[in-house]
Amino acid sequence: MHTSLALLLELGVILVGLSVLGAAARRWSFSPIPLYLLAGLALGNGGIAPVPAAGDFVEVGASIGVVLLLLTLGLEFNTAELTHSLRRHVPSAVLDFVLNATPGLVAGWLLGLPWPGVLALAGATWVSSSGIISRLLSDLRRLGNRETPAILSILVMEDFAMAIYLPVLVVLASGGSWWQAVIGVVIAIASVTAAFAASHRWGHHVNRWLAHPDDEQLMLRILGTTLVVAALAELVSVSAAVGAFLVGLTLTGATAERARAVLAPLRDLFAAAFFLAIGFAVSPAQLFPALPAALALAATGIATKIATGWYAARRDGIAPRGRLRAGTALVARGEFSVVIMSLAGATSPELGPVVTAYVLLLATIGPLITRWSGDWLSPQRVRAPRSS
Amino acid sequence: MDVNEVLLPGVGLRYEFTNADGDRIGIVARREGSFEVIRYSADDPDEAKPLFRLTTAEADTVAEILGAPRIAERFADLTREVPGLSAGQVVVPAASAHTGKPLGHTRARTRTGASIVAIVRSEDVIASPTPDEVLRAGDVLVVIGTHDGINGVRRIIEA
Repeated sequence: MHTSLALLLELGVILVGLSVLGAAARRWSFSPIPLYLLAGLALGNGGIAPVPAAGDFVEVGASIGVVLLLLTLGLEFNTAELTHSLRRHVPSAVLDFVLNATPGLVAGWLLGLPWPGVLALAGATWVSSSGIISRLLSDLRRLGNRETPAILSILVMEDFAMAIYLPVLVVLASGGSWWQAVIGVVIAIASVTAAFAASHRWGHHVNRWLAHPDDEQLMLRILGTTLVVAALAELVSVSAAVGAFLVGLTLTGATAERARAVLAPLRDLFAAAFFLAIGFAVSPAQLFPALPAALALAATGIATKIATGWYAARRDGIAPRGRLRAGTALVARGEFSVVIMSLAGATSPELGPVVTAYVLLLATIGPLITRWSGDWLSPQRVRAPRSS
Repeated sequence: MDVNEVLLPGVGLRYEFTNADGDRIGIVARREGSFEVIRYSADDPDEAKPLFRLTTAEADTVAEILGAPRIAERFADLTREVPGLSAGQVVVPAASAHTGKPLGHTRARTRTGASIVAIVRSEDVIASPTPDEVLRAGDVLVVIGTHDGINGVRRIIEA
């Protein structure tokens, strides 16, 4: 067997580098996503230290990364939680969509992007990063707060909306006309329904086959099945990502729980490759011209998410301080904005730099504002300090 | 006592109750099995003050500490309704002649009229055990019967 020395060395150095960055990010309870993107920028096209040998692996790893990100998103899912969220927070989700997708839509139109690009930019500004946010709430010990169910409900509904949004985007981005997009959506909705029905009726058969008691078998079976379904989905142009999401939705209960545990390390590795690859594809020289647009979008994005969280928390009867905490928690955008951009990237090359800069800004600023907002509107600040 | 249950989508469940001192206490039960115990301050009921976190194993231990003695007490509540009936606990000593033998061997009910309604074995509770249940050293038998009946069971088990 021929072993490429350059590949092993470059890959090893990259992974060690990422682990240092990731540890630093976790130390300050930041998301490592912006750092991974920056590392990709530095190592990629026109960056400071190009890595030709590891590049191929990262490219391949990136496509597996998207599949695993969406698979684990689907695994998180649970119909009871969705129906619960739908019962209470549909108006919040509608407001979330209208307030946050509009700036992307307008900006895409102003930037002169083609329609799929406009739609992708709207999606990128719309979805918050459920990964960053749920981690952040746990790190800041805010899971017990009263506004937290409102935040999590919005995230669940955004994630579910992806099952409809992603197929539309993929069909339009692949040059399809509106009726092909409609067919794509119909296929997607039909598959979601079929997946739910199947998991309801025959779920125990599928689960029994997939849920091998041995962890290695479980990992191989789930990963294999997901990749096959993802490939089939790609074949009927519904996108591999959506296929993987559907597999995740079908798995429920204890199997989903175990699958999440065994797939987590794989997902972390390949998702890192995905963020690196995104950074590779954008050259730093393109990033600077995109900054004004990204800054404007980020400023709007902060304001609109705060408004969304404020409204959703108020529906739950939360006081202004909690409403502000909910709003600021929703600011962070991350993995899904990048996934959306990568799905539509081919049609609009201008999209990449804008979304990359946007995610770099909000994945960093979002957690910071969330943390600071704990002290805002605080009665203790107004009261004179007690002498000790 | 009212325990309020709130779903945290993607995270787990939150239970909330107010104790006798008027403290509002919350417990976040995460899907992966860990727990977080919090307290809500009176001036801002929306914001939780984190008290402590428990891993799955720690939570099991705490549940055991809080749970085992409570079972006999709950039976005591029940027996208060019937005059003459009471509940008691009998620990199976390692030296007992019945250790390692089925419960049926003690013929406790036939001889005393008192019933063994549960066996508390470390963190497990065996409710209405069958006569085939093998007794182990350290098991706590929850017995319901007359005062004399319970003492009779104690004498049989400790013999």
